[in-house]
Amino acid sequence: MDVIFGNLDLWGEALRNTLLIFFGGAVLALILGFVVGAMRVAPVPIARVVGTLYVNLIRNTPLTLVFFFFIFGYPQLGLPKLSTTVLGILAIGIYTATYVAEVIRAGINTVPVGQAEAARAIGLPFGQVMTLVILPQAFRSVVPPMMSVFIALLKNTTVAAGFSVLELGAIRSFLSERGENALVVLLWVAVIFVVLVLLLSWLQRYLENKWRIAR
Amino acid sequence: MRRTRTLAGIGIAAAALLALTACNSGSPSDPGAGTGGDEGGGDSTWFEVASDVQLEGSPTFDAIQKRDKVVIGVKEDQPGLGFLDVTTGERTGFDVDIARWIAASLGYDEDKIEFKAIASANREQAIVNGDIDYYVGTYSITDKRKEQIAFAGPYFITGQGLLVAADNEDIKSEADLTADTTVCSATGSTPIQNIRDNYPDVPTKEFDLYSACVEALLSGEVQAVTTDQAILIGYAAQDPDNLKVVGEPFTEERYGVGLAKDDAALQEFINTMFTDGGDIWQAIFDKNLGTSGIEVSQPTVD
Repeated sequence: MDVIFGNLDLWGEALRNTLLIFFGGAVLALILGFVVGAMRVAPVPIARVVGTLYVNLIRNTPLTLVFFFFIFGYPQLGLPKLSTTVLGILAIGIYTATYVAEVIRAGINTVPVGQAEAARAIGLPFGQVMTLVILPQAFRSVVPPMMSVFIALLKNTTVAAGFSVLELGAIRSFLSERGENALVVLLWVAVIFVVLVLLLSWLQRYLENKWRIAR
Repeated sequence: MRRTRTLAGIGIAAAALLALTACNSGSPSDPGAGTGGDEGGGDSTWFEVASDVQLEGSPTFDAIQKRDKVVIGVKEDQPGLGFLDVTTGERTGFDVDIARWIAASLGYDEDKIEFKAIASANREQAIVNGDIDYYVGTYSITDKRKEQIAFAGPYFITGQGLLVAADNEDIKSEADLTADTTVCSATGSTPIQNIRDNYPDVPTKEFDLYSACVEALLSGEVQAVTTDQAILIGYAAQDPDNLKVVGEPFTEERYGVGLAKDDAALQEFINTMFTDGGDIWQAIFDKNLGTSGIEVSQPTVD
């Protein structure tokens, strides 16, 4: 316990940054993922091409490389300066968005074609077909795979440790310099991640029960 | 390359055997004799390889004898201290030579040494697990670390310094660090924790390796790199057109040799070696850091 209570300052900052990257990345991934997922099923060919390119390009790049680009490449572009935490959120959000997009697309495919046809038949444009008819139904059936994506995102936050963000993945280096036993530190990090993942699983069950639909 | 090195190692061992018939084992030899061998791989001829070393009650030494090989933890990205030339496979630097000197005193020549690069954050664990026999690589002696491992030495004293771009006129010492000057160092290292604690307004960046920080400095992403001055001088010496070291060291770091905690016999042995081997220490220093301009004399061991 000394490892925790003797270094509360570091654990606090690390946990805060982990959660910051997680929530920031999750929000970004959800928004971007929705857009890209919709693009992949859109009737406009150019939108489908862009969506497909985005997913295949980013999803096939290792997360470390995406981080590498944001942390080392972005500052060279002469754009406004951003902190490494923000750059980390961008990297992980843009990366995870590809998975969200694919989960959404899978969810869209579970909605019977007749639903979309009926919506179009009453004169709804594509935007309203998606937001009013398809996505609400699709979203219900993708809760479990979506949570898996977020659990992966949570654990992926540790990659940011190699890129100058003090989060739970980086705390071992700090504490080993303060003379703490590295294995004990890692055990505590693992415990924290298990607790966070349990919270996410609980949220998943809650949403599943709440949004259950009769088929 | 491997084969030539092995051959060279055998040659050195043979030469050392011949030399042993004339000298007392472990006695300091003429440092000048080593200069001729600088081009050869793993030159350790300027200290004699001891024979028939007896070290009672040292579990580390028992393990070394059993596998007939010394496993030493080092750094390999710190020019002048612990550096691996990836093109030639040759290891150079002050720390590496100190490590060789210890191995030679234990009776093991270059061909019986296995170097392992171990990152700062993994050092205690590597020693505790017995992955390495001892660690020589800018390893500061601290009380907290002594709870897990033991130190021999110190064999070198330096302090935290600053490395900046050669054309940077704004940063002359740590007092010039502001909210506009990003400082970089290795993740979690003592120097970066110093900056975080004592200069909370100064933005920091941390990467696993100091070399990544130096890259960031060269590209203008950070304005200063901080760590022990000895390390920084190595980088500045490698690229004097673009890098320079500024200010006086503003902390004191005492480098020791990391050992298993229960091995008082080996600790005693290495401390005695440091105390008696002033000439060799000086020769190692002159060879690796002598031209850098830093002035350091051999510290007395604790």
